[in-house]
Amino acid sequence: MTPPPVVAEDSMRLAEFEARIARDESIEPKDWMPERYRKQLVRMMSQHAHSEVVGMLPEGNWITRAPSLRRKMILIAKVQDEGGHGLYIYCGTETLGVDRHDLVQDLLDGKAKYSSIFNYPTLSWADIGTIGWLVDGAAIVNQTMLAKASYGPYARAMVRICKEENFHKRQGYEIMATLSGGTGAQRAMAQDALNRWWWPSLMMFGPHDADSPNSDELMRWGIKRKSNDELRQRYVNLTIAQAKAIDLTVPDPDLRYDEASGDWITGPIDWDEFWRVVKGNGPCNKERLAARQKAHADGAWVREAAMAYADKKASRTTEAA
Amino acid sequence: MTQSTDRPWPVWEVFTQGKDGEPHQHTGSVHATDAEHALQNARDAYARRNEGVSLWVVPSAAITASTPEDMGPFFDPANDKVYRHPLFYKVPKGVKVF
Repeated sequence: MTPPPVVAEDSMRLAEFEARIARDESIEPKDWMPERYRKQLVRMMSQHAHSEVVGMLPEGNWITRAPSLRRKMILIAKVQDEGGHGLYIYCGTETLGVDRHDLVQDLLDGKAKYSSIFNYPTLSWADIGTIGWLVDGAAIVNQTMLAKASYGPYARAMVRICKEENFHKRQGYEIMATLSGGTGAQRAMAQDALNRWWWPSLMMFGPHDADSPNSDELMRWGIKRKSNDELRQRYVNLTIAQAKAIDLTVPDPDLRYDEASGDWITGPIDWDEFWRVVKGNGPCNKERLAARQKAHADGAWVREAAMAYADKKASRTTEAA
Repeated sequence: MTQSTDRPWPVWEVFTQGKDGEPHQHTGSVHATDAEHALQNARDAYARRNEGVSLWVVPSAAITASTPEDMGPFFDPANDKVYRHPLFYKVPKGVKVF
C-alpha cells in the first residue's frame, strides 16, 4: 500500500517539516505538520492508549486471586500504572486536536483497535507472571524506541512509561522464576503459560516489515526509529537468555542461534492467527469489550456525581459574587 | 442516564515540583470537573512514585502561549545583543580566576 500523495499542501512547508525531521528536531503540538503525520499519530497513539486501558482487564481479573498479599499489592499497583499510562497517552493524543471523550467512545463502540495480545485469556496465576515478563518486556523494547519519536508529547509520555514498565517486567519475571523453582505442578504451570504466550508476544511487534503498510511512512517521519522485525529480533535475543536462566523453554522447535549475527532465529510465525485476532475473532475480543463497557457503565454514577458537585460549587460562587 | 454523565471534563495542565527548591515543571495534563478534582487526578496520574512534593494545576484554556510562527520575529530582539553574555568581554591575560 502506498500512502496517498500529499496534495493541496504547501510543498515548501512540507520540505521544511521534513528538514526538521532530518535534523532530529522535536515536533510540538502547535508546529505545522502534514495532515497525514497528524492522522498517523492519532491512529497510533490512540491505539496505544486503548491498549493500556484494555490491558488492565486480563490482569485485573486476577487481583482477587493473587496468591499472597504481597503479590496482590504489586498487581494492584501494576494495573493502576496501566490506567495511568492510558491517561498519559490519551493526553498526548489530545494535543493533536482530538478529544479523549471521542476516543474513549470509539473504544466502547468497538470501532477502535488495541493490541491483540489482550485478546488472549489469563488462565492461571503463571499467566500474570508471563504477561509481566513477556508482554511488558516486549512493550519496553517498543516503547524505548518510541521515546525517541519525532512528536514531542508522544516521546515524553514514553519516557515516563518506560521508567514504570521496568517494575512490571521485573515483578512478572520474579513470579516466573519462583514458579519454575517450585513444585512440579508449579513448574508445569509456568511452562504452560510460556507455551501459550510466546507466539502472541512475538506478534505484538506487528507484521513483517514487507507486510506492514504503515511502517515506511512512520519511519520516514521519525515516529518509529526501528522496524517491526528489528524490534522483534531484539526482544527475542533478550528473552531467550532470560528463559534459560529460569530453566524454561520457548515452544519453538526451529529456534536456533546464528553465530554470524549473534541473533536467535525463530521458526515461522502463524500470521493467520494474528490476522484472525486483529479482525475480532481472538479468544477474548468480545469478553474484553463487554468488560470495558460494563466498567464504563458502572462508573457512570461517579462521573455524574463529580459533574453535579462541580456545577453546584460553580453556581454557589456565582451567587456569592 | 442523564446527559451530564457524558459531558467532557475540562483539561488542566499539570506542573510538578520534583524536590524542594526545584522549579515547577510541566508534566502533562488531566481532565477534571474542578480544581480540587484536577489536583487529585494529577496526584494519581503523575505522582504515584513521589515524583512531586508540590503540584500546580491550571485550566488549559487559561494559558496564553507564543506561536511557532512567532519564533523568529518575537524572539529576535535577543539575537543581536551578544554583549549580554560574559564571553563578549576580554579579560587581561594572567587573570586566571575572575
